[in-house]
Amino acid sequence: MSILVKKGGMLTSVQDLGRQGFQRYGVIVSGVMDSFSAKMANILLNNDEKEAVLEMTVLGPQLTFQTSAVVCITGGDLHPVLEGKPLEMWKPVYVPEGSELSFKGLRKGCRAYLAVKGGFKIKEQMNSRSTYLRAGFGGYKGRKLENGDVLEFRDQTAEDIGAANWGMMPLSHQLPDKHALIRYIKGPQYSWFTDNSQAVFQEEEYTVLPNSDRMGYRLSGEMLIKKEEKELITEPAAMGTIQVPPDGQPIILMADRQTTGGYPKIGQVITADLPLVAQLPPHTKIKFEEITIREAQRLLIEEGSFLKQVKTAAAMKWRELQR
Amino acid sequence: MNFEIEPLGDSVVLLRFGEEISRSTNELVQRAAYELEANPFKGMKELIPAFSTLAVEYSPVEMGGEFPYETAESCIRDILQKVENLHNSNSKIVKIPVCYEAPHALDIEELGAYTGLTVEEVISLHTTTDYYVYFLGFAPGFPFLGGMPEQIAMPRKSSPREKIPAGSVGIAGRQTGVYPIETPGGWQIIGRTPKTFFSPDSENPVLVSPGDTVQFYQISIDEYNGWERGGEL
Repeated sequence: MSILVKKGGMLTSVQDLGRQGFQRYGVIVSGVMDSFSAKMANILLNNDEKEAVLEMTVLGPQLTFQTSAVVCITGGDLHPVLEGKPLEMWKPVYVPEGSELSFKGLRKGCRAYLAVKGGFKIKEQMNSRSTYLRAGFGGYKGRKLENGDVLEFRDQTAEDIGAANWGMMPLSHQLPDKHALIRYIKGPQYSWFTDNSQAVFQEEEYTVLPNSDRMGYRLSGEMLIKKEEKELITEPAAMGTIQVPPDGQPIILMADRQTTGGYPKIGQVITADLPLVAQLPPHTKIKFEEITIREAQRLLIEEGSFLKQVKTAAAMKWRELQR
Repeated sequence: MNFEIEPLGDSVVLLRFGEEISRSTNELVQRAAYELEANPFKGMKELIPAFSTLAVEYSPVEMGGEFPYETAESCIRDILQKVENLHNSNSKIVKIPVCYEAPHALDIEELGAYTGLTVEEVISLHTTTDYYVYFLGFAPGFPFLGGMPEQIAMPRKSSPREKIPAGSVGIAGRQTGVYPIETPGGWQIIGRTPKTFFSPDSENPVLVSPGDTVQFYQISIDEYNGWERGGEL
């Protein structure tokens, strides 16, 4: 039950929904950047949504299946190809023993997720299978995947289901092209910024810089200026925190953020829009739109019910398949 | 217990106990964290304490209802309302052996020159102080320590080193600390401890916890080399 990594790709790592409960120790959450797509990959395979997946960035890996498997790929479209033929995303697909899965290049989004039926056999460290890249633990040997690595998955007889005749609408196509609207709630230090900067933040576009990574999305645009020079006492941060360093260029903190930070927070991206942020490639233009926390929570609860519905439907389909 | 409460997005509330770095404010942060951990409300996820603030993460999806933020806020107020007296926490004194010699004390002579002290005086000041652990952050197990004597303060290096070995003891401005893992960094390195500050596979993964008192004491290079290592990263 294993997959040979022939080529690691740009940045392929084992992640799950994050290492929760240890931020008080300074241990970052890590985990997938786009939790919606990662959950969906597992749910469509009738796995627990917390199972580990491969997060593949921009240039995907080249994988040889040493055992047959059923996989599901979601997220951004890195153009997956199975034995030379396009592989359908957002649905369970049977991969015969010996076949090769590769990715021909980025078409839409930024990150894709691969789940395998039964789940990857990865030891949990601090309750999670996520790779903590900087501290070098968790996931697969605490690092990104490299040529020659072998990933085990749990014992599961892979049935030749071909490509399932059901799945999700291919959501990758709905990802924005060059402009994205990202919704936010005012941050604790919103009022620290000048009236003009508050207006600019709401009205002007910011561009995603190429040095954005799992730690944060670095943006470039009109400088955001504080009313007066004052320093923030280091306080907790969260995924989606929009912090503004002294250079006035905002950064959206993502999965590998530090637990605390000392830069003022002008806003907080709503949780329901974080998967979208995670799929924005460099040079995308972002416009921020303020909404209320009530609305943000309503959207999040809506997403939760949607995932639950898909879970029920997928479980039913799998019962039919395995009958 | 007096504090302000505000949202940090749709899944975190931030409790603010003051606007300054002080031990008495930080003790409120820790007291609140202790109470919330002992009496978690439905949907509460995890707590992140800092100098004068405490973040409480929760899941609006698990909480459900009309407006989860309002529910979270009132749950937190209910839990913390009754809390008055500072409890005797289980904080401890942690003694940290440090070798202040070559090849580990990369910047101690520079620090001496900067501060106008001899190396012995630097070591003496560094080792005769009780340091209070405000919280852990920046890196796993990294303690933000308060109480360093101003005489040995020195700004960070103008360009950070690419690799600082785990266990390095440094000074940056009026802060002193220990690097738990190998990382790039700009601190002035004055020594190194053989103690492991972070071990992910251990039941108690961190050596020091918020509220603890840290004391450094000097060991020789021979003692350092002979130290029995724990599971190191």
